[in-house]
Amino acid sequence: MKLTVNGKKKSFKGAPFKRLIDALREDFALTGTKEGCGEGECGACTVLLDGEPVNSCLIPVCQAAGRKVETIESMGAPEKLSKLQAGFLACGGAQCGICTPGMLMTAHAHLKGGGKCDDASVRTALAGNLCRCTGYQDIVKSVVAAAKGKK
Amino acid sequence: MRGDAKSMTVLSPRSAAEAVKTYAKVPTALPLAGGTDLMVGWNLGQLNGRAVLDLSRVAEWRRIKVVGDGVDLGSLVTHAQIQAHPVLRKRFPLLVAACATVGAAQIQNRGTIGGNIANASPAGDTFPALAVYEATVRVIGPNGRRAVPMSEIFAGVKKTTLKPGELIEAVFLPFPDQTPTRGVFRKVGTRAAQAISKTMFAGLIWTAKNGELADARLAFGSLAPTVKRLYAVEGFLRGRRLTDVSIAAAAELMTNDVSPIDDIRSTREYRLIVSRNLLIAFLKGEVK
Amino acid sequence: MSVGKNEPRRDGPAKLTGRALYLDDVAIPGCWHGVTVRSTVPHGKIKSISYDPSFPWDECVVVTAKDIPGKNLVALIEADQPLLADGIVRHREEAIVLIAHADRATAYEAAKRVKIEYEALPPVFDMEKSEKIFKSFLISRGDLDAGFAAADVVVTGEYRTPSQEQAYIENNAIAAYEEDGVLIVTGSLQCPYYVLKAMKQIFNRGEDKIRVIQTVTGGGFGGKEEYPSMLAGHAALLALKAGRPVKIVYDRHEDMAATTKRHPAVVRHRTGLTKDGKLLAQDIEVVMDGGAYATLSAVVLSRGTLHAAGVYECPNVRVKSKVVMTHTPPNGAFRGFGAPQTLFAVELHWEKIADALKIDSLTLRQRNIFKLGSTTATGQHLLESVGAEECLQKTVKNSKYAAKRKEYDRWNKNPKNPTWKGIGLSVCHHGAGFTGSGEVYLASRAGIALTKTGELIVLAASTEIGQGTNTMFAQVASDALGVPASWFSVETPDTHKVPDSGPTVASRTCMIVGGLVSRATKDLKRAFEAEHGRVPRTTAELKKAAAALCQGAPARRFEVQYEKPPDVTWDDATYRGDAYGVYSYAAIVVDLEIDKLTYEVRVRKVTTAQDIGKAINPLLAEGQVIGGSTQGLGWALLEEPIFKDGVMINATFTNYVIPTSLDTPPFEVILVEKPYSRGPFGAKGVGELPMDIPGPAVAAAVKHATGRLIPTLPQTPERISRALQ
Repeated sequence: MKLTVNGKKKSFKGAPFKRLIDALREDFALTGTKEGCGEGECGACTVLLDGEPVNSCLIPVCQAAGRKVETIESMGAPEKLSKLQAGFLACGGAQCGICTPGMLMTAHAHLKGGGKCDDASVRTALAGNLCRCTGYQDIVKSVVAAAKGKK
Repeated sequence: MRGDAKSMTVLSPRSAAEAVKTYAKVPTALPLAGGTDLMVGWNLGQLNGRAVLDLSRVAEWRRIKVVGDGVDLGSLVTHAQIQAHPVLRKRFPLLVAACATVGAAQIQNRGTIGGNIANASPAGDTFPALAVYEATVRVIGPNGRRAVPMSEIFAGVKKTTLKPGELIEAVFLPFPDQTPTRGVFRKVGTRAAQAISKTMFAGLIWTAKNGELADARLAFGSLAPTVKRLYAVEGFLRGRRLTDVSIAAAAELMTNDVSPIDDIRSTREYRLIVSRNLLIAFLKGEVK
Repeated sequence: MSVGKNEPRRDGPAKLTGRALYLDDVAIPGCWHGVTVRSTVPHGKIKSISYDPSFPWDECVVVTAKDIPGKNLVALIEADQPLLADGIVRHREEAIVLIAHADRATAYEAAKRVKIEYEALPPVFDMEKSEKIFKSFLISRGDLDAGFAAADVVVTGEYRTPSQEQAYIENNAIAAYEEDGVLIVTGSLQCPYYVLKAMKQIFNRGEDKIRVIQTVTGGGFGGKEEYPSMLAGHAALLALKAGRPVKIVYDRHEDMAATTKRHPAVVRHRTGLTKDGKLLAQDIEVVMDGGAYATLSAVVLSRGTLHAAGVYECPNVRVKSKVVMTHTPPNGAFRGFGAPQTLFAVELHWEKIADALKIDSLTLRQRNIFKLGSTTATGQHLLESVGAEECLQKTVKNSKYAAKRKEYDRWNKNPKNPTWKGIGLSVCHHGAGFTGSGEVYLASRAGIALTKTGELIVLAASTEIGQGTNTMFAQVASDALGVPASWFSVETPDTHKVPDSGPTVASRTCMIVGGLVSRATKDLKRAFEAEHGRVPRTTAELKKAAAALCQGAPARRFEVQYEKPPDVTWDDATYRGDAYGVYSYAAIVVDLEIDKLTYEVRVRKVTTAQDIGKAINPLLAEGQVIGGSTQGLGWALLEEPIFKDGVMINATFTNYVIPTSLDTPPFEVILVEKPYSRGPFGAKGVGELPMDIPGPAVAAAVKHATGRLIPTLPQTPERISRALQ
């Protein structure tokens, strides 16, 4: 089975019903995608499937065949953060960090899709990503700041 | 995560016909659409060793088709697709509003209208809207096609009236003959977003020029094993003016049609009080 | 200077790029997956354990209590909790059998093939009916009878708070393996030395043969204070028997159903006051539900007891408290640690008193609130850093509390409005550091290492769990030495590398351990001055000086130990004296509205001022305040573990709902800085304080909106609707 992961063509040879999150983490060593609940509630496992945020814990990899998957590893590196990641660093958008990759992927899809960057729109876009540390305000600020190009 | 991927058999039909044929061959297979419900059970290890009929490759079921007298939603149309469709937004705003309350973006991008119906949860978010729009569920099976009215598709909690080997291929939404005077969808959930409903209301009314109610279609979700149209209330209101007296009488009648329970998300008492409040406010034109 | 600046979080770049390795991300070659077979009865004798003969057990490793080489005990305070149930189970989900297999799914399948038969024993679920008391306390000040005799009014009230799930997004996860005769335990945890202490007794090994290493930890909030000791024991038993690494990673359901939560509590107040609202007597009774084993209940109760009288001066006080056993999974540490329960009662009680006296609760608080020189219920004189009044005043001002109360009174009178609006207030203190003589017993150590190549490394067992420990340590050390913070790294908490700086709990990491880091760094500074002539000004100079100071050794360590301030006195026997070195203070105003049709509550705004002495890093401190307050709002409005027959029946993220981005209001945070002379750069504790009082402020706002005082959390639409019928 073939799929594109972070712009690279990959072939997957394991069980077709393996979850996308497990294929990413175990077969492609992309452990940036986290599992928080296995129920599709917390959004920590969010990746983009053909550009749209989805819960990778609820997708058998066979349903990703032939499609494009983007994970946190496609964003900036520690020494060269993307604008959005830099926004999170500057505004306190990450604390324990376990929700952060999923949060960033959802925020990235929202901004890339032309979503509005006012407080209410960002909160609505991120409603599927639970964070227990921040109370969300600094996450929302981070997204808004990145969207406005502030550092 | 307790699911065992290697214990699973995946069947991947590419067309409706092939789907029906494959399902007939493996009748114990679990139909899989967006997976937002099935995979939760799978992750808990409840479905190990099963065969899965992955419908996601049936391209013809992914389309939204606007036809002369309504809109045909392929069963694999997602909640996100419904929200984005201009004709649906204009003509079926209650369904669009309901789809916006299904989980959050990640679930709306994956969950499908057909999967939502087949899953038959008492709290299915789209059902009250589908009920008042009098949708028809189009079904395909070994004995051909049939159309099941929304009012007959559910048999109970997590049970449909689909016969063995049948799959949902589409949901047909007929355009109302006349534009409703007023329409509202309201979900009362366990929190502001990504919530399971405690009660859900969808209502449409048509007022005649003389001020009498020409027609009303009212439905509640989460108040009974299946979505409930308030036929008694609708019949009572037809031909009447909406006054405090008639509205109060309608609210009394409502309790005959629903049977809410106490569960981990709410109480019978709360569900009844709030549902009654919503109905009254809707009829008074006080709820947006 | 670095202190007071928003230095970027040190662990930020790795976390933001998905590079940070949490336990389940760490590649451990040959690692098997461990799973747990748990009790299905709340109380009973284990009659038999049998294994389905059709399953290939030779592929697995199976462990029961018989396999424990040392004591079958999770060592904490009381020696009462077994690592694996043996003979008797005292709660649902108690661990009985452990299984490891190379394949995760097969391990879970194996667990299903274990059959345990029980002889049922009668369970107790109602804490008020329990006869087994784990711990009780009595605080007594003045003459209670005389106080009530002099009172113009006496107001009574009963307040109930539920359990709460920590709901960190990373579930509990630990791996264990043996390497060169050393048992290595690594994973998601708050307190490496707690784990070490437990492992020593389970495995009869010395500290040199056990090594506990923290991995990046995805939230703790107390939930990874004591439970990891249990999980580490499980993983290590399996690993040693299997002769290979084993990891146990809980799924959400298991984590919620089996691990610790906040103690449910009932608190009763009888309060005597003058007609002007001056407190004369407070008689307070506290009961907490400890669950099946004592674990940390005694100290949770202690903190709850010591905060029960609130932030008010009262000449005659009695607090009687107890924590009892029930047949439910043990309750344990959760941010606030007993204080949110008792503070809910004392704060909401003001609304009842306000009704009785016809004086608003703000005025009542102002008449009684702690000031510099006040004396607490334990007889502690508050001699410095008392920011209670300032917090109250700033919160009231910035939230426009007084004007909004009037505005909302008018709004609520108009039946045409679709909502009721309310604004509510509460104030609290929170003792920083361990209770009473706890810090003396801990005798924590921390230090700084200078390597011969000029690396400066902070040495402490205090863990970064998202709150910013590592960034804060570097900032404190930076200013103590007078060099850039970027010169410092912070050692990974690893019991073979860092001294025992105590557990990462009790709002003590900055104030107590930060203080030790500061002291150790000052020792280093003196060494630089004595042996190099001055503190180095460039990294090149640092290298040179380091070589000189290390005198050929690979590194030189500067370690210090906690010293009790001489004027702080505490008597454990009488519960009199200085319960804490100092208190942090907070006030909060919650502004909300309630839908008249659905009784759904929407919090519109939260304004809070928090006196934390000194914000070492204001952005991180604000993050603690907003995040902690949000957990408090969750407890106040949404969160309630539901128990049936001793087990949580809503143990999923679908049914145990925590706030989303749309449930959370905008926050205005005011940091008040009343410096504490013994905290590093004046800092006190911040971690738990924000959790303490959103609950009573929400309940007060609901009362303002609806006219009904609901003495129970959470204030759900169901409870509000019922109160209004």
